[in-house]
Amino acid sequence: MDFHTLTSQFGALTFDGLVLGAIYALVALGYTLVYGVLRLINFAHSEIFMLGTFGALFATRWMHIPVLGDPRTGLSLVVTIVLVCLAGMAVSGVAAVVLERVAYRHLRRRGASRLTSLISAIGASLFLQEAVAIWRGRNYETFPRFLEKKTLFTVFGADVRTDKIIILVAAIVMMWALERFIARTRLGRGIRAVAQSESTSILMGVNIDRVITLTFLLGGIMAGLAGSLNQIYYEQTRFNIGVILGMKAFTAAVLGGIGNLRGALLGGLVLGVVESYGGAVFGASWRDVVAFVILVLVLMFRPTGLLGETMQKARA
Amino acid sequence: MHFLSTMSERLGDGWRALPKPVRWLLTAAFVGFLAILPMLTIPVLNTPDSDFPTLLFDKIGLYVLMGIGLNVVVGKAGLLDLGYVAFFAIGAYTMAQMGVLLHWSFWVILPIGLLLAMVSGMLLGLPTLRLRGDYLAIVTMGFGEIIRITALNTNWLGASRGIPNIPWPSAVGPLDFSDLLNPKPFYWLLLALIILVIFLLRRLDRSRVGRAWEAIREDEDAAELMGVQTLKYKLWAFSIGAGIGGLGGVLFAAKASFISPDNFPLTLSVMFIAIVVLGGSGHVPGVILGAIAVSYLPERLRGFTEYRVLMFGAALVIMMNLRPQGLLPRRVRGRVAVEQPGERIRGEGPENA
Repeated sequence: MDFHTLTSQFGALTFDGLVLGAIYALVALGYTLVYGVLRLINFAHSEIFMLGTFGALFATRWMHIPVLGDPRTGLSLVVTIVLVCLAGMAVSGVAAVVLERVAYRHLRRRGASRLTSLISAIGASLFLQEAVAIWRGRNYETFPRFLEKKTLFTVFGADVRTDKIIILVAAIVMMWALERFIARTRLGRGIRAVAQSESTSILMGVNIDRVITLTFLLGGIMAGLAGSLNQIYYEQTRFNIGVILGMKAFTAAVLGGIGNLRGALLGGLVLGVVESYGGAVFGASWRDVVAFVILVLVLMFRPTGLLGETMQKARA
Repeated sequence: MHFLSTMSERLGDGWRALPKPVRWLLTAAFVGFLAILPMLTIPVLNTPDSDFPTLLFDKIGLYVLMGIGLNVVVGKAGLLDLGYVAFFAIGAYTMAQMGVLLHWSFWVILPIGLLLAMVSGMLLGLPTLRLRGDYLAIVTMGFGEIIRITALNTNWLGASRGIPNIPWPSAVGPLDFSDLLNPKPFYWLLLALIILVIFLLRRLDRSRVGRAWEAIREDEDAAELMGVQTLKYKLWAFSIGAGIGGLGGVLFAAKASFISPDNFPLTLSVMFIAIVVLGGSGHVPGVILGAIAVSYLPERLRGFTEYRVLMFGAALVIMMNLRPQGLLPRRVRGRVAVEQPGERIRGEGPENA
C-alpha cells in the first residue's frame, strides 16, 4: 500500500485516469446502445474496437506516414488526425453492421434466447480475433507517431500533453454529438422508441431492422474513434487488444447503468480514475482487481449502476 | 439439423417405454463401454497429434464435468455465470498448495477443494445474486479475472512461475496413479465422479430444489410471488455449480502436476458457457454432447492447426443460427406452460421486450 504516490501525484493520476476513462466511455457507449435497444450483451464489440485500431493503422500506411518520421504540425497535423479517426470509425462502423447481419439478425427474427445470441457473439468474436491474427500475425504492430507529444502546461502536477488533450476533446465532442443525435433527430427518436418498447414501435411503423442497423453503426463508430485514439495514445495494436479493454468498457457501462448514454460516460470516467488511483496505491498489477471490486461495491448499493436508468428515460 | 431433435425425442420416448431392469442393464453396458474406451483404438475417433486416452481425461472428461457443473447454474437456475473458471482455479490451487506444502493426500484434499469452491461460490453469490442477469454476468466475469490476477500477483501462490511437483493421488486398490504418462486411472476416476455427480443432480432435480430452480428460470418474479425463496435457491445453484467446478480443478491439478495462472484464462470461462449453450442449456445429455464437441473437434481438426480457432468461432455462429436451442435441447415438461421452450435468462414480457 502506497498512499504517498497517490497524494503526491494526485493531479497527474486523475488526469491520466480521465484520459483512459474517455476511451473506456467511447467503447462503453457501444455496449449501452445495443443493450438499450436489444437487451443483449454485444460480446463481439471488443473486436469492433480492435478492427478500429487497425483501420487507423492502415490510414497511416496509405498516407505513407513513416514510423520514425518528423512530427507533423499545423493544418497537416489536423488533417492527418481527422483522416486517421475517420478511417477507424469507418472500418468499425461497417464491421459492426456486418456483425449484426451475420451473428444477430437471424437469431433475433427467430426470437431465440439472449443466451443463444451471446454464444453467437462469442463465436464471432473468436472468429474476428483469429482472422486478424492469421492475417497480421500475433505480434504488436507499431503505429507511427506523427504528433509531437509535448507537455503544454502543468496543472496540479498533471502534465497536459497534446495527445491527451486531443483524446479528451475528441471523446467529449463525439459523445455530445451522439447525445444530440439521439435526443433530437428523427432517427434518434426511432432508437428511443425501440428501446422503450419494440412491439409498440413496430405497430407505430418504426422500421425496426433499420433502427437496429443504425444502433450498431453508431456503436461501431464510437468504438472506431476509441480505437483510433487508443492508437494515438499507446501507438501499438494486435489481434487481442480488444479483450481486456472490452471487458473494462462493459464494466464501465454497467457501472454507470447499462442502457444509459450518460451512464456510459460517467462509468467510463469513474472507472478510469479509480483504476488510476488503485494502480498507484496497490501497484500496477492490481489495477484490474481494483476496478472489479469497485464495480461489485457499487452494484451492492446501487443494483442498477450509478445513474441506473434506461435509454428511454435518459431524455425524452 | 431438425432430424437431431426428432431422433433424440424418439429415442427418449423409446427409452422411457423400456422396463426398468432393461434400462439399468443398458446403462451399465454403456458405462462399461466408456470404461474400456481408452483401451480401444477406434480409427475414426483417433486424433492426429494427441494421445486419445490422454485427451479423454484432460479435455473431454474435464469439459464434461465442468459443463455439467455450469449447467446447474446457467441451465437449471438461469443465472449467467461468465467466470466459472474461478472455481476451477480454486480447486486446482487448493490441490496444489495443500499437496505441496502440507503433503496431504489427494483423497483428503478432494472434498476440501469441493467445499472451498462451494464456500467461495456462496461468498460471491451473497452480494451479487440479487442483481439482474446481465449485471451478474459482468460481476462473475470480473470475479474470474480477480482470482487469476490474485494468483498471478501472490508470491505464496507461485505467482507467474506457477506451482510445480503437485503430488499424485495415492493408489486405491488396482488403480495406481503414480505413472503420470498413463492417463487411464485418472480417466476412470473422473468417469466415476461424473456418473456420481449426474446421479446426485438427477435426485436433486426431481426434488423441491429442482422445481424451485425451474420456477426461477422461467419467471423469477412469479416464483417469488408464489413463495419460492429465490435468493436461497439461487445460492444453492451457484454453490453446487461452484463445488463441481472445484472438483474438476482438484483433478486437473493432480493430473497436470504443474499449474500456473495461464491455465485459467478468461477464454476458458467462455468455452464452458459455449459447452452449455451449444449442447442445449439445462439438458445433461445435451451438455455432454456440447462438451465433447467443444473439446474433441478442435483436436480432431489439428490438421488445420492455424485455422482451428477460426473454424471453431465460425462453427459457433453457424450452429447457433441453425439450432438456437442447442444440439440436444431440454424438452419442456408437460406441466410447464410456457409459450417458448427456449431458455431465457430473464423472462421478458412484451412490454419491455
